Amino acid sequence: MIVRVSGEGQFRLPDGDSERLNELDNRAVNAVEQGDEHGFRELWTQMLELVAADGNAIDGDDLVESDVIMPPRDISFAEAKAEFTGDGLIPD
Amino acid sequence: MAGLAGRMSTVFKSKISRMLDKTEDPGETLDYGYQKQVELLQNVKKGIADVVTSKKRMQMQTSKLEQQVVKLDTQARQALSQGREDLARAALERKTVAQTEMQSLDTQVKELEAQQEQLIANEQKLRTKIETFRTKKEVIKAQYSAAEAQVKISEAANGVGEEMADLGLAIQRAEDKTENMRARAGAVEELEAAGALDDMTQLGSGQDDIDRELAQIGAGGQVDDELSKMKAELGPGDAEAPPQIGEGEQKGQA
Repeated sequence: MIVRVSGEGQFRLPDGDSERLNELDNRAVNAVEQGDEHGFRELWTQMLELVAADGNAIDGDDLVESDVIMPPRDISFAEAKAEFTGDGLIPD
Repeated sequence: MAGLAGRMSTVFKSKISRMLDKTEDPGETLDYGYQKQVELLQNVKKGIADVVTSKKRMQMQTSKLEQQVVKLDTQARQALSQGREDLARAALERKTVAQTEMQSLDTQVKELEAQQEQLIANEQKLRTKIETFRTKKEVIKAQYSAAEAQVKISEAANGVGEEMADLGLAIQRAEDKTENMRARAGAVEELEAAGALDDMTQLGSGQDDIDRELAQIGAGGQVDDELSKMKAELGPGDAEAPPQIGEGEQKGQA
């Protein structure tokens, strides 16, 4: 699985991480919907940590599309409200 | 996983497919794609240059605030030495506001600096990707049938397009941030200008709305502290005899 952290680049992660990342994402969406900034921050940090721990950075000479694009690390809660919404969550 | 991917990648994908939909012949698409990438790289460079310019402007604004802090401090001392505590207080209140804003700006400029470095590094990465695309397109043109080439092209082009769109987004964010900072710094300058302390008698007459506003911000504690510190510096300075001479004599006698 290829993940992009916006502003930082692409990382190759084991496919098994997809489920974990998705779970964190769902919980982050919930936190945002409930206006729980602290909860969101915690989950967002866990998502970034997962990418940092398991991901291998992809070189500039590798032209691949990302499966997942994560927002910028320093995303504000206001931005998160626009990004982490129920709309995009339901697959297809 | 469609959640995250769905949310952000649609923005990128539409940009990329707009780029690819222009032509039907794979060879032509490739050349067009590359040409477009090189063009967009120029925009990226310009965007980064704009961020750098904005940042420099912010640094200038920070040093202007720094001058104001010094000026207000001097005015406070002058006012106090003339027995005008009310004026000194007003000056110190403004100084506190300017100082707080200056510190916050300073922090943000430093953040922007880090972002700028990241942008430049990413631009380099994008340039490498475009170069890879250039090499790859010749290989694709030479080796693949039209149908196969189409698939390979969109893979490669999406890879470059995503990088480009992401960098564009990062530049946009950095620009928004400087805009935001500039507006805030401007507001403080205006505040200072509105309550300019040049005409001290006018201000001394009482509380104007700026004074009240400043007081509300809660600068009170810090101002009180500073005021008493200034008093201590100014006050006993005249009253006490120069102690250094005394010390010198003692040493001489010993």
